[in-house]
Amino acid sequence: MFEFKETTLQQKRHILIRVLAAGLFALLCGGLLGWRLWYLQVERHEGLAARADRNRTAVVPIAPRRGAILDRNGEVLARNYRDYVLEVTPAQVPDMERMLEELGGIVEITAYQRRRFQLALNQSGRYASTMLRNRLDDDEASRFAAQAFRFPGVSLKARWVREYPQGQTAAHVLGYVGRISEADMTRLEEQDQLGNYRGTNIIGKKGIEKSWEQLLHGKTGLEELEVTATGKPMRGLSRIDPEPGNDLVLSLDIGLQRVAEEQFQNRRGALVAIDPRTGEVLALVSAPSFDPNLFIDGIDTDNWRALNESPDHPLINRPLYSTYPIGSTYKPFVALAALELNKRSPTERVADPGYFELGGQRFRNAQGAVYGPTDMRRAIVVSSDTYFYSLGLDIGVNALHDFSKLFGFGQVTGIDLDGERKGILPSTDWKRRAYKKPEQQRWYAGETVSVAVGQGYNAFTLLQLAQATAVLANGGVSRRPHLLRALRDGLTGEETEMVYPPTHTVPLKPENLKVIQEAMIGVIRQGTARRAFSDAPYQAAGKTGTAQVYSLRGAKYNAQAIDERLRDHALFMAYAPAEDPRIAVALIVENAGWGATVAAPVGRAVFDYWLDRPAEQQVAVAAAPAEQGPP
Amino acid sequence: MKRWMTWAWYALRAFDWPLLAILLLMAALGLIVMHSAVGGTDWRFAEQSRNFVLAFSAMWVAALIPPPLWRRLAPLIYVVGVVLLLGVELFGETSKGATRWLDLGVVRIQPSEMLKIAVPLMLAWFFHKHQGRMRLVDHLVVLALLLVPFALIVRQPDLGTALLVFATGFCVIYFAGLSFKLLVPVLVVGSVALGLIVHYEEQLCQVGTDWVVLHEYQKHRVCTLLDPSTDPLGKGFHTIQSMIAIGSGGVYGKGYMQGTQSHLDFIPERTTDFIFAVFAEEFGLYGGILLLVAYGLLILRGLVIAVCAKDQFGRLMAGALSMMFFVYVFVNIGMVTGILPVVGVPLPFLSYGGTALLTLGVACGILMSISRYRPDTSG
Repeated sequence: MFEFKETTLQQKRHILIRVLAAGLFALLCGGLLGWRLWYLQVERHEGLAARADRNRTAVVPIAPRRGAILDRNGEVLARNYRDYVLEVTPAQVPDMERMLEELGGIVEITAYQRRRFQLALNQSGRYASTMLRNRLDDDEASRFAAQAFRFPGVSLKARWVREYPQGQTAAHVLGYVGRISEADMTRLEEQDQLGNYRGTNIIGKKGIEKSWEQLLHGKTGLEELEVTATGKPMRGLSRIDPEPGNDLVLSLDIGLQRVAEEQFQNRRGALVAIDPRTGEVLALVSAPSFDPNLFIDGIDTDNWRALNESPDHPLINRPLYSTYPIGSTYKPFVALAALELNKRSPTERVADPGYFELGGQRFRNAQGAVYGPTDMRRAIVVSSDTYFYSLGLDIGVNALHDFSKLFGFGQVTGIDLDGERKGILPSTDWKRRAYKKPEQQRWYAGETVSVAVGQGYNAFTLLQLAQATAVLANGGVSRRPHLLRALRDGLTGEETEMVYPPTHTVPLKPENLKVIQEAMIGVIRQGTARRAFSDAPYQAAGKTGTAQVYSLRGAKYNAQAIDERLRDHALFMAYAPAEDPRIAVALIVENAGWGATVAAPVGRAVFDYWLDRPAEQQVAVAAAPAEQGPP
Repeated sequence: MKRWMTWAWYALRAFDWPLLAILLLMAALGLIVMHSAVGGTDWRFAEQSRNFVLAFSAMWVAALIPPPLWRRLAPLIYVVGVVLLLGVELFGETSKGATRWLDLGVVRIQPSEMLKIAVPLMLAWFFHKHQGRMRLVDHLVVLALLLVPFALIVRQPDLGTALLVFATGFCVIYFAGLSFKLLVPVLVVGSVALGLIVHYEEQLCQVGTDWVVLHEYQKHRVCTLLDPSTDPLGKGFHTIQSMIAIGSGGVYGKGYMQGTQSHLDFIPERTTDFIFAVFAEEFGLYGGILLLVAYGLLILRGLVIAVCAKDQFGRLMAGALSMMFFVYVFVNIGMVTGILPVVGVPLPFLSYGGTALLTLGVACGILMSISRYRPDTSG
């Protein structure tokens, strides 16, 4: 098989043979390359020679138009406008200083734009086309076009620019586009999409713009051009038109979104409204918000610093990134768990002396209230912590974990937005995995007591609470919360509805569900939310909550005395109308104090707006123009 | 003073003058083309000039090391190289989607480059040590010595370098005496199969054709290799652009610094892997053939050194390094002219890149060392 056994002389002879064979092989391959060069430079060159002496062909990608984003009524949330820009190829400009001088007489070039241009020049080569001016108005564009011959190397180009006409409204849902980064390039290369992004310089960075990038982007076309030696196009040889991206119709209602955002004023917080029948997200608020338009051409340092360093963290998408202990809004689910697991009858009365004692430690009601003998309904209506402290121990943390999991607590909901966090749904298993030291891994009964009133280790997103509320309103049928309702083909305008079948059904006994619903109606009628919902024309069912940010260790809570950012969070969860739920809401107002006084009125405003409108209008998707000419 | 003179004489004697002449020609060509490719004398031109100085210094040092020392160093170099590769695998820096660099605090290095020299050194050492008494188990060791670094480099992923390392190592085995009875049939069957695929490409790549063992996306990749025009913006983009540039150059070329395709940014990677397109556009068919002849002379000189070498190690090393140059040139120009698929293989002495030049310098230095080596017995 191998011929390795040789003497030195034989070796010398053999190496000669092998070198000759290798040389011959190399010569053959070299001949192949030579033939190839001859074929390209003689055979095919002659074919082109007749067409033009100094012209050449260029394959130019044509970027597709990015799809627009609309709300459920067809109102435009993101669109593209035509922008005229002046680009300069330095190698073709005889005298840069004079050109800039003369050009300044026709179109305005500010000192800032000049500086930006000089900076870009130093980075790219002399042969690269560099942007000098953007946002030329019609007058400037036509003035330049008429005198373009005076400015060799300067060209007027049109491009599509993304725009978010709603400004700060729904910014966290829409997200924004930005320049394609090195990381994006790597990802595109892995997905074999690099070719499709040639000629495109923006890509979805956050929100819907990111999660549905593939639908929005479209397909890049290309044109084969005959170009002169100076790079001026002479005529097109062939062309494949680009396919514009799909327009996306969201389930969001921008009117409802606006009403909800206004409720937060200058406060921090989050709100999610879901249609429980379909899983459609009707509003998703993260306050404070930001203006996504800032990001499109690359955000400037001042704005970036202001957004990034603000203690309010406006860039965080609170409803699905921030996790909170949800306080008393967890109680309906805990009570339902007790009923389903037959741990306590709804009519059983438990004494409430204002505190619950466990191993010498006293767990108190909020604000030192004493409710006396309390059954389940009353415990929810007045929000008795004492009742739930003991109920938690009866159910046990692991049984509660398994039950709450079905409602989506501590689980990723799978909404079509990026950056969703899972949160923590505590159990003994979880604690063992989460901590390293054995003494930290142990679960204490006192921790179960805190967990039962929505405090302690519980850390859920508001999206999870809204989803759980929707599942409750829908009698246990769970659907994935989503924002994309339909897509509209960019060419034909043909609309395709998205279909979201139920993911699973939580097995619930109707009589148990009824107990909880009645109690939640009680909260609205006589309980903690009665003032916020007085004389509402519909019947809502809900629960208020107040979540501790700061452990007081037995001291009395005094809002004025402690730092604003350590004050309690106000929460509210509800659905309406109670008999036939069309909307489920969960919301939090950070560090605002009492849920009943601050959070419930926000829910009221959202319900008022949504239920005041005829049902068909809530479903209608009107056609609207997606594009606009230059303003 | 006299001592200094002797030393200088010794240092100068290290050069193999015919090889040096060819290399100086290549370096001059390389800088001229780089000047045009970057469109003037910007930092890349300055850096490439510095790289050449470094590469020539490395060559000189390598030439001063006699072949027996190279042979003794071979296992060490190989082991260090493989350990560094493992380091890249574990702690490497990622750039452009591939993990190739290793940051040692002081310098950032690309160990895969080092293996281009280390693998043939190691294999030549092994064959030299076991000459005349190769057992079956030794053949398996040879295979492992070749395939371990190859697999590590493929994982980075860096197909181009992996291919070069494999090819160079394979050449050592070939020169050591891989049977023609084994080689020729494989070569014949391979070329016939390739010819058939290219010939029946249209039928094979039709939409309906099912490729049984391959997935649809794999089929798409193969078909794009065969016919770049099916994916003009993606994988085929580089090839189409460089073919247009080369073709438009014609017989005489457009003249130095006059290549419109190159200068208007239509050639991607024009300072690195696709620099031949710039060269061929500006210097035409004559220039291209001249360059091929220059490379031919370089390879020829290397093969002559192999034939004249004094021991088995020298023969294998010189033969394999010469053929490494050949693989470099053939794969690069083949890819730029559109007869081979696009893999990242630079063109020796022309493509921008410090580490690659350094490797080439060391390779040439080893060739010189082998060429000038006279065993002590002769004087």
